[in-house]
Amino acid sequence: MSRMPLPYNPKVLELFRNPKNLGKMEDATVVAVAGNPACGDMITFYLKISDQEVIEKASFESYGCAANIATASIVTEMIKEMKLEDAWKITWKSVAEAVGGLPSIKFHCGILAVGALKRAIRAYCKNKRLSPGWLPEELSFEEKQALEEEELSRILSKRMRTEE
Amino acid sequence: MIENVKELLKAHEGLKHEVYLDLENSSTVPKEVIEAMLPYFSQRAYGNPTLTHKPGWEAFETIMELTQKIAHFLGCKTLEEVNFTPGETEANNLALIGTAFSMKDKGKKLVISEVEPISILHVTELLQKYGFKTTKVPVDKEGFINLEKLGEVVDKETILVSLSAANHEIGTVQPIKEALEIVKDKNSGTIFHTDASDAYGKIPFTVKDLGVDLATVSSYKILGPRGIGALYVRQGVNVERILEGQIGTQKLWPGVENTPLIVGFAKASELAFQNFENNVNHMQKLQDKLLAGIFGRISDVKLNGPKGDRRAPDNANVSFLKCEGEALTIELSLSGVYVSSGSACTRRILQPSHVLVAIGRNFEEAHGSILMKITRYHTEEDINYVLDVIPKAVERIREITGSTGVE
Ligand code: FES
Repeated sequence: MSRMPLPYNPKVLELFRNPKNLGKMEDATVVAVAGNPACGDMITFYLKISDQEVIEKASFESYGCAANIATASIVTEMIKEMKLEDAWKITWKSVAEAVGGLPSIKFHCGILAVGALKRAIRAYCKNKRLSPGWLPEELSFEEKQALEEEELSRILSKRMRTEE
Repeated sequence: MIENVKELLKAHEGLKHEVYLDLENSSTVPKEVIEAMLPYFSQRAYGNPTLTHKPGWEAFETIMELTQKIAHFLGCKTLEEVNFTPGETEANNLALIGTAFSMKDKGKKLVISEVEPISILHVTELLQKYGFKTTKVPVDKEGFINLEKLGEVVDKETILVSLSAANHEIGTVQPIKEALEIVKDKNSGTIFHTDASDAYGKIPFTVKDLGVDLATVSSYKILGPRGIGALYVRQGVNVERILEGQIGTQKLWPGVENTPLIVGFAKASELAFQNFENNVNHMQKLQDKLLAGIFGRISDVKLNGPKGDRRAPDNANVSFLKCEGEALTIELSLSGVYVSSGSACTRRILQPSHVLVAIGRNFEEAHGSILMKITRYHTEEDINYVLDVIPKAVERIREITGSTGVE
């Protein structure tokens, strides 16, 4: 319940102020969501993927904090023109690094962003009935974390409702 | 880390107007208060008030005279009823732990409400580790304590009830007198404490009228310096010390008295009380203007806490739906408007403000909550500026939210 000091770095602030690739994409090939509207933290990724499995465009919407907005924004930049296989290799750590580091309490916001990206890639492959060798069956760390956060918020909001 | 903060501050350069509304979390100290304090650092009364020399006696004289002043504003019977502490947190710790110590043989039960400040909530959690039990009385949608429930939970085992007089987050002015009667009816031996930090200087009351046993007041909540507050302890009520050390003029708080801070606290009290009605009317007028402006300009907004007379005159707490609060505080800061949020994103354990949860706000509503407090020094222009900035900021953050979370 306590608050924390949040010395966001200039990169995070810049991406927060001028996010790149913000907004819904009408012609997206795949859309993925991570987080839970019940707890607030929530992110949507839109990807346009070519038949050659290259990400042509990426955009996002975020219902989260500045760290979430910044990491999501930079992910959409990082994966542009990337092959799905390479995009899959992006980890939340590399994203956190790309924004110049995150306060530890905000790691989960970056994880959520990457979780949404990996879900999008997985969903695309599933839709296309592809099972490339680089896509493990087991969920990635970020996907698992996103699931965990969603589960936690479901429990919390359920507890709140029953207390009413 | 510090480099980052320097950069963040640089991003604020060139602001043409700044309005500080985060009075919940610290205060701006007016010039008169600072000027009153200054001589007491090195020109006079800088001695230890318990010692036998001129600067010491000056300090003693100063502290006694100013204690008298604060005792008067609070409506105390005697000077000894005012006990200075380093702030609201410490006064609340002293009230709860000090009473638990002195009453431990009479019972082990504490009663608070679901909307008490952290310095009450966490202290009861601490006491639970030492065998005390806490019952939390629920509140309604506006934050008012359920008096019926209060009557049900107070029993022979209950040694202390603590209910804040005005809620620090949503401004609910509690019916303390009624609550006290209910409590004493059930158990005349129960000690009744109220954290009156958000009522002192804003809502007319005296400890005598309320009839409470213990009351916390804080300097910074009335624009005094931080680091000083007081616990009113009614004559005859026994609270034990929770810290040990050299005892001076303050029997419940050891250590050397901080005379300049006491001077600042007394001066701030004087300023709050000398034009009490005007001050309150001014705050209320700007509060109305701010809330009406927000509701008139922005859609999907909810007021947290009650309306009208049953709300503290300085408090404005609103939820902007589809707009995450931490992001909004940063956006507002970049335009020179300083506020805080009850969003889970601003908390260490990612749970929204317990006060908002207690009044039935869901996570989403708490997510976009903003707390603002108005002082007698704010002007119409300040509020106009805030009303110019907030709609733009909300619009920009809502743009980022887009359709996320819309089912
Ligand atoms: S999205 Fe809630 S803390 Fe970052």
